[in-house]
Amino acid sequence: MDKSITLPPNEIFRNLENAKRFAIDIGGSLTKLAYYSTVQHKVAKVRSFDHTAKDDPLYEISMQEEILARLHFIKFENAYIETCLDFIKDHLVNTDTKVIKATGGGAHKFKDLIEKKLKLRVDKEDEMTCLIKGCNFVLRNIPHEAFVYVKHADSEFRFQNTHPDIFPYLLINIGSGVSIIKVESEDTFERVGGSSIGGGTFWGLGALLTKTKRFDELLQLASKGQHTSVDMLVKDIYGGSYVSLGLTGDLIASSFGKSATADKEFSKEDMAKSLLHMISNDIGQLACLYARLHNLTRVYFGGFFIRGHPVTMHTITYSINFFTKGEVQALFLRHEGYLGTIGAFLKGAEEDNPNQYSWGENYAGSSGLMSTSPDLNPMQRARSGTFDMLEMDRLERQLVNLPLLQDPSSYIPDTVDLSEDALAREYWLYCFEEALDGVVKRAVASQPDLPEAAERAEKFRHKYLHKLQTLRHQPFAYGSLTVRSLLDTREHCLNEFNFPDPYSKIKQRENDMALKYFQKAVKSLEELSWEQRQFALVRGLLAGNVFDWGAKAVSDVLESDPEFGFEQAKRQLEGMKALGPPHKCALFFVDNSGIDIILGVFPFVRELLCRGTEVVLASNSSPALNDVTNNELQILTERIAAMDPVIQSAVKEDRLTLVQSGSSSPCLDLSRLDKVLAGVVRERHTDLVIIEGMGRAIHTNYYALLSCESLKMAVIKNSWLADRLGGKLFSVVFKYEVKDVKTG
Amino acid sequence: MEKRNGHHGENEPETGENEETAPAPPKQSCSRSDESNIFILDGNNTETTTTGGCATTDERRTSTSNYSSRQKIDSLGKIRPPFPWFGMDIGGTLVKLVYFEPKDITAEEEQEEVENLKSIRRYLTSNIAYGKTGIRDVHLEMKDLTICGRTGNLHFIRFPTQDLPAFLQMARNKHFSSLHTTLCATGGGAYKFEFDFRQMADLQLLKLDELDCLIRGVLYIDSVVSNPSECYYYENPTDPEHCVQKPFTLENPYPLLLVNIGSGVSILAVYSKNNYKRVTGTSLGGGTFLGLCCLLTGCSSFEEALEMASQGESTHVDKLVRDIYGGDYERFGLPGWAVASSFGNMVCKEKRESISKEDLARATLVSITNNIGSITRMVALNENIERVVFVGNFLRVNTLSMKLLAYAMDYWSKGQLKALFLRHEGYFGSVGALLELLDPS
Repeated sequence: MDKSITLPPNEIFRNLENAKRFAIDIGGSLTKLAYYSTVQHKVAKVRSFDHTAKDDPLYEISMQEEILARLHFIKFENAYIETCLDFIKDHLVNTDTKVIKATGGGAHKFKDLIEKKLKLRVDKEDEMTCLIKGCNFVLRNIPHEAFVYVKHADSEFRFQNTHPDIFPYLLINIGSGVSIIKVESEDTFERVGGSSIGGGTFWGLGALLTKTKRFDELLQLASKGQHTSVDMLVKDIYGGSYVSLGLTGDLIASSFGKSATADKEFSKEDMAKSLLHMISNDIGQLACLYARLHNLTRVYFGGFFIRGHPVTMHTITYSINFFTKGEVQALFLRHEGYLGTIGAFLKGAEEDNPNQYSWGENYAGSSGLMSTSPDLNPMQRARSGTFDMLEMDRLERQLVNLPLLQDPSSYIPDTVDLSEDALAREYWLYCFEEALDGVVKRAVASQPDLPEAAERAEKFRHKYLHKLQTLRHQPFAYGSLTVRSLLDTREHCLNEFNFPDPYSKIKQRENDMALKYFQKAVKSLEELSWEQRQFALVRGLLAGNVFDWGAKAVSDVLESDPEFGFEQAKRQLEGMKALGPPHKCALFFVDNSGIDIILGVFPFVRELLCRGTEVVLASNSSPALNDVTNNELQILTERIAAMDPVIQSAVKEDRLTLVQSGSSSPCLDLSRLDKVLAGVVRERHTDLVIIEGMGRAIHTNYYALLSCESLKMAVIKNSWLADRLGGKLFSVVFKYEVKDVKTG
Repeated sequence: MEKRNGHHGENEPETGENEETAPAPPKQSCSRSDESNIFILDGNNTETTTTGGCATTDERRTSTSNYSSRQKIDSLGKIRPPFPWFGMDIGGTLVKLVYFEPKDITAEEEQEEVENLKSIRRYLTSNIAYGKTGIRDVHLEMKDLTICGRTGNLHFIRFPTQDLPAFLQMARNKHFSSLHTTLCATGGGAYKFEFDFRQMADLQLLKLDELDCLIRGVLYIDSVVSNPSECYYYENPTDPEHCVQKPFTLENPYPLLLVNIGSGVSILAVYSKNNYKRVTGTSLGGGTFLGLCCLLTGCSSFEEALEMASQGESTHVDKLVRDIYGGDYERFGLPGWAVASSFGNMVCKEKRESISKEDLARATLVSITNNIGSITRMVALNENIERVVFVGNFLRVNTLSMKLLAYAMDYWSKGQLKALFLRHEGYFGSVGALLELLDPS
């Protein structure tokens, strides 16, 4: 046992001080530890002043401490188990935890050690039950959890959308043997079958044939071998293909068939390859037979045989394609290695009802999917994968689908998948790297009273830069790489270093200023004829949206030319269309603070209200860039209501409602929205959805199909993207859609 | 995790089958120089061959016209091809040959019969081993069989496919082509070696589909063999004490799953005489068993591998359910004796060093057999078929595998599936080929 390793404690066992509810899954070579902890986070809260003197800002911003629940999962080699237990013992401060849930084959082997070191009682949980619980949890809570593996494609990983209903599915767990489990609901599953020819067969037989001891090395051997020298192919028997049965000549007729007919020596690589094919094909065939018998098309593969190994994912995929002729796809999971420990943890945490909450992967604290290229030296690989982490944040709100999505199962939020588009990926990674200086500057500026802010901001820079570098080499690390995921990762990293809202002061100032012009803007609109007013409202909405600190082109102009004003922005806009007949209820996903929300959105909302349309304003639950938060919007609405009787009566009569989106991203995933929002949308018979801004209407949802009318509008504030979409900088996207018929 | 490990069968007597079987041939040698010696004819025959040789050149020129003129019309008015009657199945590992020896030859015929034909008949019927690797399965011989109006004995002969060149050399030496018989051949080798037959022995093959031949052969043999019954099953397969062979009548066999275990495995669903489909197959078959055994134990023949397997203990090599859970895995109804991971114990260095070659051979046999059983059972469920017939040369002298299959079918289907076996295991394709010669379909 290598005890000489020194753990970088803050990096690996984070937030251990408050840890409670431990679970451990000890496999043949890897240990997976789980614990629940609370993280103290600074959050920016806004609070309205009781009195409003003329020169006071409109609300006060305060930094408050908030407790966030987080799940930590750490994976490391069994060799480090003692060192890790010692570390945990030393750092566990205030816990009243008495038990540790345990699962996996090695759990009983290390039982005494764990009990001695941690003074916790080891409570064993059934392996299969844990596996299924964990699987359900990741499928439900982690978008892009499942993927299809395509060996020679530009991006080997094709991530799948989270299906709104994850059941039923088949889980093929390839450990030393194979278990085939049919899962029908959260609590109903059945081991429908299995096979003794599994990972242990590959390893055991492989060790005998090649004298190679390590599983990884065997896989490496296999990836270099030629199975055709060992296997008897159809063409070895037929001379070519077996035409009448459609069996091609290259098909294996008899695994190891050639090693029976000659006293020849066979290379280790060739034998390992032949063995790999034999076992993968066999498992694939059985999986297909079970899938067919139970009429299931979603088939997930897991277990140590699969665990992130491109070689086995490829051979299993090949086998499934062969046996089902493409009817069933082999699916793999990004966090497959954690299923057992997640399940064991959930078993122990049942009284906290973890399944009642929504959880989100924290990109700042998670290692992401490792690239395990077979060309890598196994020792190198082992080291790089020594400590792997997954962190899940418990979200304040439960997230569900927008009820107005036309087909939730085929909805893809993101417009461009950067993992499949190398040029776009290069561009955006560069963009985010370039913008990093500005973000760091703003983060420091947002906390002028905290002297150590500069140091923290540098740590943030380092972390985010590292993430960007990782993503450049492994774009698949956190599922499909998208502009949204890059933005979200940045928000997670900022939060990690206690910069919850770098734009709070800017937002405050701009809101304050824009409010002063509200009455004037409304008055000038009212003077226009109906037709002119519709035009002006749309123009105002789009013009307001130009003011966005998140877009570099705009912030350049804003920072260099303070005269760049509202009127000027208006003139740069081109092309638009008018609205249709009045609606019952409009759901409006708003974007930025300041001019955008106050002078763009509110006059528009006012017009809708006047037409008899109820309005639901959906804003972010927590800060992201300069986007208006639900908290801020409540104060703004109060202030506007005080100035405007139309808004006031609408608020009073509940015709204007504010809801939180459940999101804290500048983008929008319509499949993960606040449950309350979904309820309101349904109750009010919403028949119009308005999505505003680049992040929500272009980077995401540009192609989203809704079951009602929708309006997607934004100003393209990025010249590269404008080029891509065939337009000019500051050109307007105004997309009016009636159900799935595109008209605008 | 599945299946029985064969542990219960460790004491089962193998002798019943072995007595009937021709002794295992001596170890084959693979050096090329030996190959020509595999089919050595005795001195007399060699002379005859040489004499007959002169005639070939002439006859070959007119072979097409001669072919039809030499066909005989039997009493029923059927066109009967000239002797000799052969059916051949050239598989990946073995060539299976059936030869019909007429016993009702009239004096007149005897007179007419060319010397070449006589010498072939004498050679095949007076020997039980040919060269170093050719074997006649005497126990399978069918006596007094009337076929196509003629009565005689049907002989079953096999030799390794890799010795086919020696066979062709013999055919050439004996001027087989001068007999103008149509050589009906099936199996992949009929395609692969078609050119060699023509080139080396001046023989034109009539190539036949192997699955058509297989089914035709099975149905024919079952219909003509009555004592002992061609088809049998194991009674009480889950009780090793009382597990015995029992005859079975395949009168109304359809639908039926036919599992042919040769080098690889084909699984056919047969709905009627002419209606069948190949449902699937697996590359883990007899070739895999022998191939892995050769690599793991250094053995060199199927018989040797089986002999080792019969003396080994697979539970040393395999990881059982009880090795993981200490007993049954009750939550999922898995008995402790079930194999959780074939070769699973071999992950561990100490265990690798403690097992014998016999244990390895046994584990290989058990895992290949159980895997075939498992796939078969799933196909049967998917196709909704309850009767399974296992054939193919993997089962030759392999009671161990047959009992394992019988057990696995019965146990995991809770008695729903019945495993049936046929005495002529691997010869049905060649029988089908012979029938095709006599009665083209």
